[in-house]
Amino acid sequence: MDFILNHLLTLILFFPVLAALILFILPSELKILQRWTAFVLSIIPLILSLVLWFNFKSGEPGFQFQEIYTWYSPINASYHVGVDGISLILVLLTTLLTPLAILTSFTITDRIKAYMILFFLLELGMLGVFMTLDLLLFFVFWEFGLVPMYFLINQWGSEKGEREIWGGRRIKSRTYASYKFILFTMTGSLGLLLAIQLIGVTAGTFDLVLLTERWVSLDTSLFNIPVHTVKTIAFWAFVIAFAVKVPVWPFHTWLPDAHTEAPTAGSMILAGVLLKLGAYGFLRLVLPLYPQESKYFAGALAFLAVVSIIHGALAAYGQTDFKRLVAYSSVNHMGFVVLGIAAAAFAVGTQNATIALEGVVLQMFNHGLSAAGMFFLVGVIYDRTHTRDLSEFGGFFPLIPVYGGILIFTSMASLGLPGLNGFISEFLVVRGAWPVFTIYTALAMIGLFFTGAYILKGIKMTLHGPLNTRWVGRLTEINGRELLVIIPLMILMLWIGVWPAWILGVINKAVMTLY
Amino acid sequence: MQFPILTFIVFTPMAAGLLILLIPGERKREVRVAALAAGIIALVLTVWLYFSYDVAAGGYQFVENYPWLPALGISYQVGVDGMNTPLVLLTGVVMFTGVLISWNIDDRPREFFFFLFLLATGVFGVFVALDLFMLIFFYEIAVFPMYLLIAIWGWKVTREYAAMKLTLYLFIGSVIALIGILAMYFASGLGTFNMLALEGAGFSTTFQKIWFPFVFFGFAVLGGIFPFHNWSPDGHVAAPTAVSMFHAGVLMKLGAFAALRVGIMLMPEGAKFHMPWIILLTLVNVVYGAFIASVQSDFKYVIGFSSVSHMGLVLMGFATLNRDGFLGAGVQMFSHGVMTALFFAVVGLVYDQVHTREIPSLGGLSKVMPLVAVAFIVGGLVSMGMPGFSGFIAEFPIFMGLWRDNPLIAIIAAISIVITASYIFRIVGQVFFGKIPDKFKDHVHDIKAFDKIALVFLSIILIIVGIYPSILVPLVDSGVNNVLRLLGGA
Amino acid sequence: MILNASMFLPILPEILLVALGAVVLILDLVLPKKQHRNIGWVTAAGMGVILLLSIPARPETEPSLVWGGMLRHDWLGFSFTMLFIFGAGITALFAMDFKKLGHRGEFYLLMIVSTIGMALMVSAADLVMLYLAIETTAIPLYILAGFFIRDDKSTEAGFKYFLFGAMTSAIMLYGFSLLFGFAGTTNIYQIAQSVREGGLPAGALIGSMLLVLVGFSFKIAGVPFHFWSPDVYEGSPTPVAGFLSTASKAAGFVVLLRFMMVVFPDITLQWGAVITAMSVATMTLGNLLALTQKNIKRMLAYSSIAHAGYALIGVAVISQVGVSSMVYYLIVYLVTNLAAFGIVASCGRITGSDEMTAYYGMSRRSPWLALALLVALLSLAGMPPLGGFVAKFFVFAAAVDANMIWLAVIGVLNAIIGMYYYLTVLKYVYLYRSEDEEKPLLVTRPQKLAITVLTVGIILIGTVLVPWFNWATTAAASVF
Repeated sequence: MDFILNHLLTLILFFPVLAALILFILPSELKILQRWTAFVLSIIPLILSLVLWFNFKSGEPGFQFQEIYTWYSPINASYHVGVDGISLILVLLTTLLTPLAILTSFTITDRIKAYMILFFLLELGMLGVFMTLDLLLFFVFWEFGLVPMYFLINQWGSEKGEREIWGGRRIKSRTYASYKFILFTMTGSLGLLLAIQLIGVTAGTFDLVLLTERWVSLDTSLFNIPVHTVKTIAFWAFVIAFAVKVPVWPFHTWLPDAHTEAPTAGSMILAGVLLKLGAYGFLRLVLPLYPQESKYFAGALAFLAVVSIIHGALAAYGQTDFKRLVAYSSVNHMGFVVLGIAAAAFAVGTQNATIALEGVVLQMFNHGLSAAGMFFLVGVIYDRTHTRDLSEFGGFFPLIPVYGGILIFTSMASLGLPGLNGFISEFLVVRGAWPVFTIYTALAMIGLFFTGAYILKGIKMTLHGPLNTRWVGRLTEINGRELLVIIPLMILMLWIGVWPAWILGVINKAVMTLY
Repeated sequence: MQFPILTFIVFTPMAAGLLILLIPGERKREVRVAALAAGIIALVLTVWLYFSYDVAAGGYQFVENYPWLPALGISYQVGVDGMNTPLVLLTGVVMFTGVLISWNIDDRPREFFFFLFLLATGVFGVFVALDLFMLIFFYEIAVFPMYLLIAIWGWKVTREYAAMKLTLYLFIGSVIALIGILAMYFASGLGTFNMLALEGAGFSTTFQKIWFPFVFFGFAVLGGIFPFHNWSPDGHVAAPTAVSMFHAGVLMKLGAFAALRVGIMLMPEGAKFHMPWIILLTLVNVVYGAFIASVQSDFKYVIGFSSVSHMGLVLMGFATLNRDGFLGAGVQMFSHGVMTALFFAVVGLVYDQVHTREIPSLGGLSKVMPLVAVAFIVGGLVSMGMPGFSGFIAEFPIFMGLWRDNPLIAIIAAISIVITASYIFRIVGQVFFGKIPDKFKDHVHDIKAFDKIALVFLSIILIIVGIYPSILVPLVDSGVNNVLRLLGGA
Repeated sequence: MILNASMFLPILPEILLVALGAVVLILDLVLPKKQHRNIGWVTAAGMGVILLLSIPARPETEPSLVWGGMLRHDWLGFSFTMLFIFGAGITALFAMDFKKLGHRGEFYLLMIVSTIGMALMVSAADLVMLYLAIETTAIPLYILAGFFIRDDKSTEAGFKYFLFGAMTSAIMLYGFSLLFGFAGTTNIYQIAQSVREGGLPAGALIGSMLLVLVGFSFKIAGVPFHFWSPDVYEGSPTPVAGFLSTASKAAGFVVLLRFMMVVFPDITLQWGAVITAMSVATMTLGNLLALTQKNIKRMLAYSSIAHAGYALIGVAVISQVGVSSMVYYLIVYLVTNLAAFGIVASCGRITGSDEMTAYYGMSRRSPWLALALLVALLSLAGMPPLGGFVAKFFVFAAAVDANMIWLAVIGVLNAIIGMYYYLTVLKYVYLYRSEDEEKPLLVTRPQKLAITVLTVGIILIGTVLVPWFNWATTAAASVF
């Protein structure tokens, strides 16, 4: 037990690799065995992170469960992992969503083994980002996560749809989307890579704990350029990398394509966790490493956030493709996260900042739940109708009442109905941001109005209105396996909405002690 | 006396080659088995060497020194430090996998393996040489079998042209370097070709400024430096699979390594004087190579030009003249060697079955040869510097080295990463996924067990170095110390 | 002058050669026609025996003039005498199975006589002796070159060789007479003495130097006196061409070296420049012309010209390092070129053609012969671990040492051109296909023996450096 507790993070982090290896040696004919093995194995990191959760001492400042080993000694990068309240929550979110996503993927029939292995590798990448305390290792996991996602979209994405690219050649939409996804994010992280190298060269270490002292206090000139210019450039390199991932307008265009084309489980993870990587990057790296620059450019960031909120909401409203609608809703919701971060950066050290950050972290968790839920529900209906076109839907409520109820419930959580989780976090963000960026926040509230509009539109066009008779008899009720996926999410949504203290307590301490 | 492991490593392939020659030509199976045995022996010896090198002690180890021509100060002197130990291992790995991949060569396999092993002896000899005469001696042994290997067993369309072009380019380079070496020999006044002695020769700065380009470029031709890289893609494309593996995997390192060992280490002042503009050439290598690779439609040309790009990174690492740069370059030499061997193995295996390398005409191969697809993806990820694979471990310090003095170059060079990613993903998509064309449907089948072993072996090395760099990096680092000592701790 | 045994010791090899010649002559008379081929064995074995028996005749470290100053008993002369004997033995082996050549006793006799001439040439210390030796060498070779009297090309070769030889030797003789006229002595060491004392006007000195050089240049086929060699090599029987291109050429080199070093040390600047120019012209022209040849013997002829150019670098730099590098080069060149011509002879005997096309697919017909050709050609190209590499290395080193880096660079560029055409032949051998692939090239036993000896020799010279190098250095030292 001591061993487990002492190496808890490493165990959680690398268990997916073990799982992938186990899957690798399974015979490729036994599809059912592969599915269940994958599911059972994916539960284990969840159990371990629950152990982590309960052994985490939320009162203590700083990082816990730290482990440090030599990794790349000549350039002073080490395997250094540790969690604080923020990362703890995101680790939990990741390990929670992965088994659910795998459960969702039971409908996959093509090359299950490879699919599941990629999923575990994806989990490894995401967990690594949340756990690592070494800048270089952060980048390692950051980039590594892209690859499995690329292949998941590219290989198991939606079968239909073609797109014309330059030269008039037609390629599959999923090929286009996956390509766009990887190039956008890789290009985005190119600046991050360069900035990390710059930091490594000037500070001589990649350890985040040391960096926050050395890099921030650095004030000599670099390359004959004043240090604050260099820092500003590096700051924007970081911001762009994370903004692409979050995504913030105008770097968001990859997201609707990727979400739409990804398999359902891929979308769940993409929206649920991958987007959080960007936001986490802001919290873990941008704010601590660039306090002055963040403060200075907070206004610009807030502006982008507000545009994201409004644009996301309007764009979502304009969609006829259900999955695209949900995809744009992510732009909209993640805008609040960025708004909160901007506010906190500007008002650093104040009560407002703390509140905004609490909201941000909670919003990340909540969006993870609700976006995953929404994508899952879209997937459920897609599995049955093989279309995502809202105009072909309609009047489903009488046919599938249970599904309808769940959809409404999840939509409401996403919309921010008081009593459900979304409300708490958005309220906190707005509360924190209002005194700081009053006008922006006010504008964001308009965006929130449209949020209501598009969600209601989605519900209306699916569940209500005239019934498209095509589906009668073909549309079956949500089944037990699917319920197993959505119910844990719903419980959490409700729980946080009703009694958020259990999770806010953890967040609060982390936020207070960090900034 | 300790076991002369380096001598054994150097001459194992040669001895095996001669033995193979004694087997009657029509007994092809025996020839292959003998070749495989030699490959395994070489691999075991190099692995043993790799792990018995004492990193903590550093410096040159396993040194053997026998007089060869004492009158001129020529000796057979071998030894390894942290820089070349990985390269020796690399050669062992490529030799072993090269034999596996060449199992199906049916036209005069006896001669094929003889020349291939002669080449291997040359390569080993250069890597372990501590004597300039010996270095150039083995260097040329490594060059000329290439001609025959490409011309005889290569791709019918271009082999004659490519083989001649390659050989002449490399030969020009090596003789130019030879003149530089002779100049060093006489200028030092020490009457020795011993590199360790020449390190302390104290050549005048003027001498170094004049002669450094001779030696550096002479060898760097083989490293594929712009604008002398032209031989390389043609050569890669025309060569048979195992030879491409050797050529891109090991031979290009030979050039880079010799440029480092003889150019930079013996004439540090010259290096300091010339590197500021040479680094621009390497930048062209990196970006231009990647760009040209991205517009090729021939599978093998893509890899050929990507090698130009990656070798540019190695030379760029050297050109930074600082610790990070050398470290990265050292790791990159190993990493790229294994990676490109893997790439060429993949291309060769694909070509063997479909008899075309036109990327647009391929597709869906992952369904029939899944392992090949995985191997190519692993290689591709290494190639684009994806973290978790050895390419990242190598490229990262190179860029850090660039940041110290040439931040702008670091930024420009980074473009190549995205370009590489774009064409790798494009190829993966076009070649391995999608629908398999009807004309291939019937006769394309999965690869043989030996090929699988080779692919898995190479892939695993790339991954191990990527996730556990401590297995390689401290070793290279100790070698870098050696270089920095001569550069005055820059 | 009292004769004693010690006086005969320095010319022991020559005496033994005469004896061998006598044996050959007698055998030619007594043996039945069918057995005449075996005279080849006798010659080769005899040469081997002479090599062994000559060991006691090796010179002291201090060179000495013997036979009234006619000969100089030194390492340079002795070494090359040994090489010529070796070369002649090998040539005999190659020639044995040529019907019209090896089955005729006079072939062997002429070759032996020519070898005696060469042996005397390289030790001659007197103008008269030198001229006699040169002619003793040349006249049998004229005959050998035109040995196939029914073959137009061979006849042409003999005649051409003779005409050129006669003319250049006349010019050389004129130079000799000038020297004699001014110095009043025929002994080159005494001429050197009087040159040192200022007995000769500078103009006469330079003039006679140029005249003499013409004769030597003809021997070594240096540009611009190279015209004869491709035609002669092509026309003459291949083993003879091999002998011509190696032994005869090497003898010319030694004479050139000795004469220039001994007689004209005061005008090194002038003759150095001439030789340098000749070296550059010779190697460049030789290589460029070799590029376009379609006949392997002509290609080898031009390549031989080019190699003379490389070897001349060793003379042009005028230093002990240079001379020893030249000697090393000649050793390697002799062994290698003998091998190349020998293989061509072995092939040509069966295919009946010396065109490049006859070499298509050779490695499939006879892998071992192909491998031997590979070794020979790559050694000529200067590739390790073969002798040619080390030889080129030393020659270029000598150039760099003498601060004539530009000369080394030109040499290097030439080496690259050379590489091209040698590799082209290998391409024909290994890559191209021919219709006769099923027919193996049968190499006779004496040829096998010779080729094996030479191939092993090429590799040994290229790897075990010490004995050869010491030999070359000792030989070179005796010039000074």
